[in-house]
Amino acid sequence: MSDEHIDEISGVSTTGHEWDGIRELNNPLPRWWVITFYVTIVWAIGYTIAYPAWPLLHSATKGVLGYSSRNEVRNELTAAEAAKGKYISAVESKSVSEISADDGLREFAIAAGGAAFKVNCVQCHGSGAQGSKGFPNLNDDDWLWGGKAEQIQQTITHGIRFASDPDTRLSEMPAFGDIITADQIAQVSAYVASLSGKVRDASLIQPGAKVFAENCVACHGDNAKGNREFGAPDLTDAIWLYGSGETAIAAQVRAPKQGVMPAWVGRLGEIKVKELAVYVHSLGGGE
Amino acid sequence: MRDKTQLTRLETETVNSAKTRKPLYAARQKIFPKRASGNFRRFKWLVMTITLGIYYLAAWLPWARGPFAPDQAVLLDLANRRFYFFFIEIWPQEFFYVAGLLVMAGVGLFLITSTVGRAWCGYACPQTVWVDLFLVVERAIEGDRNARMKLDAGPWTARKLMLRVSKHTIWLVIGAATGGAWIFYFADAPTLLGELFIGTAAPVAYITVAVLTATTYTFGGLMREQVCTYMCPWPRIQAAMLDENSLTVTYNDWRGEPRSRHAKKVLAAGQPVGDCVDCNACVAVCPMGIDIRDGQQLECITCALCIDACDGVMDKLGKERGLIAYATLSDYNANMMLATAGGSSSVNPSLIRTADGLFSDKVAHFHIRKIFRPRTYVYMGLWSLIGLGLLYSLLTRDRLELNVLHDRNPQFVTLTDGSIRNGYTVKLLNMIPEPRTIVVTMQGLEGADMVVVGDDIPAGRSFAIPVEPDRLKMLRVFVRQPADQIRAPAQTFKFRVEDRASFESNEYTATFNAPEPLR
Repeated sequence: MSDEHIDEISGVSTTGHEWDGIRELNNPLPRWWVITFYVTIVWAIGYTIAYPAWPLLHSATKGVLGYSSRNEVRNELTAAEAAKGKYISAVESKSVSEISADDGLREFAIAAGGAAFKVNCVQCHGSGAQGSKGFPNLNDDDWLWGGKAEQIQQTITHGIRFASDPDTRLSEMPAFGDIITADQIAQVSAYVASLSGKVRDASLIQPGAKVFAENCVACHGDNAKGNREFGAPDLTDAIWLYGSGETAIAAQVRAPKQGVMPAWVGRLGEIKVKELAVYVHSLGGGE
Repeated sequence: MRDKTQLTRLETETVNSAKTRKPLYAARQKIFPKRASGNFRRFKWLVMTITLGIYYLAAWLPWARGPFAPDQAVLLDLANRRFYFFFIEIWPQEFFYVAGLLVMAGVGLFLITSTVGRAWCGYACPQTVWVDLFLVVERAIEGDRNARMKLDAGPWTARKLMLRVSKHTIWLVIGAATGGAWIFYFADAPTLLGELFIGTAAPVAYITVAVLTATTYTFGGLMREQVCTYMCPWPRIQAAMLDENSLTVTYNDWRGEPRSRHAKKVLAAGQPVGDCVDCNACVAVCPMGIDIRDGQQLECITCALCIDACDGVMDKLGKERGLIAYATLSDYNANMMLATAGGSSSVNPSLIRTADGLFSDKVAHFHIRKIFRPRTYVYMGLWSLIGLGLLYSLLTRDRLELNVLHDRNPQFVTLTDGSIRNGYTVKLLNMIPEPRTIVVTMQGLEGADMVVVGDDIPAGRSFAIPVEPDRLKMLRVFVRQPADQIRAPAQTFKFRVEDRASFESNEYTATFNAPEPLR
């Protein structure tokens, strides 16, 4: 092993090891390779001093440069917040209609409101804000409580029939099942249905109109066009929150369903509510 | 009777016996190409001037495109995703033109290779051109072949150090200029040049210059022929494209052999003698360091400098040029058969010459007709077809485009009056560098009208809208159709855009969805 062995063919000394008659030539490594290797060692030592590296009992060495990946994330987030800052302060100081009028701000509010909508609103209103039975479609031009940006903002802020908010939008349609007879309910349902379509028994319409005039005009108006003061729906249009047709109308007259929407300002804050209002207003039905 | 225990010993040896085994690794042998002169050298100077001229200067050519587009003739504007080439502007979705050009370059290479061999390698390849340039510098500083060999073998003196340092410095400067020229294609050249020197250019510019300086210096100055022999895949591919009718640099041993340095003595002794005087001029000029007289070989880039060297010698000797020449394999084989009397003897010069020393009529010479053969027709046809297709597509391409995205969620919205509304994202592409007013019109979908969100355009079936130069304009459009006009749950209609000034127009067929009718 200690004797130097020179390979006959190449004239190069071998490492001295032998496996089944095979010896390994002891060619020197190329110098550039060796230098690169030592440079990497020096670099590695410097690197572990400069950056967090060696594991200790509870943490690791901090590194003299004070680098931390958590700090990096924090800085990026701060920078992102700072970039949004001017928009957010503008949203804070302006009214929703002013925001809608400003192209850049509107775009920001729609993007931010759209994101908030996906988290907080889609559960009831659907991912495309298309609603479903009992939950209004926010894309259309039918608004129970008003479709102006400020009115939408008011609705989102305080909710509808939300008991713990004193400023909530409040109205209650009485259960007419206890007030008028079943015949009268059938008649008034036929009359209401006739305002926007055909009915099965036309003879019910005339007495229905009378029942309507006696019981319903206070809220729904003489022409049944509704009243946004009370969130009373327009009964002449094509949109029915709880279903169209005589049967659905009769059910709603007998024992009305009263939808509830929470007040969001406490949870989301003024700014988010404004952004949501601008977003909903932009969906196509805004007034 | 022979003794049966007496075995015969066979005379044989293994191909890799320990006695003759060579290591697989061979150290590079230095090559000191001698300066050549002649027609091919002149042609190479010309090609070098043109290609380098294009490379270094094309980025600086101006081209007026009006106030809304850059005025640089060739510009790859990555930030804005536009590619400008003189009168052509390409958007990212039109990048297939570049792909088409690359296909043409490929087929063109097949065509060139099948007719004139590895001409790309010998004349136009950047590796060849830059090595040539680097050799010019080397010769200017260290002298020609013999001076360089002497200098290389000599000890390190102050003079050698000075020459070597200045050579490598100039090489590095050329490398930096090469890397520098590259980045000017990606930004406004004069601005970038200024920024580059005051240190305000983008880091990627400096990195690109550094990388290209390093590769140019290493490949062109240090590695040279090794790039072609060991790194480049082209020699293998191009060699496979040659056939017996492809022109390639050939040593015509049918007239050169038997070579002799003492032709007169040999002749006087009554032995045959060929035209080759074994002066090695062809080897001395070869940038690849090979001997063409060994026949076709992988390393040969067919730069034809050996032809120049040999022609010079033949001129001095008063013999015909073309001992080394561009020749086809079929001609070469025919002449070989002639010179060896059908392969029955070694090369005999008297068989190819008449009594008065001229070439016999039977000697085959290259004829231009050989270029035109089915294979080259196919390549030429393919190449022209792709070229014409691209040209047609370029001349008839749309500069006003329209893309429409139908809202999917919700697909439709019922409004209070029972009418149905669908939302669309309409993208108008004004692909010329001038502002335009585009008229958007609906065709079909009776009774329907449209409004643009966030714009004061009244509802209607047509509206005009200004679009910025060289930009895409995105509109939200609501289309609404009255309940009594709805024919089916899905109706098709067209958005049509028109530039009333240039009469350019385009159409997009969209779908209008409505609820299924109640049963």
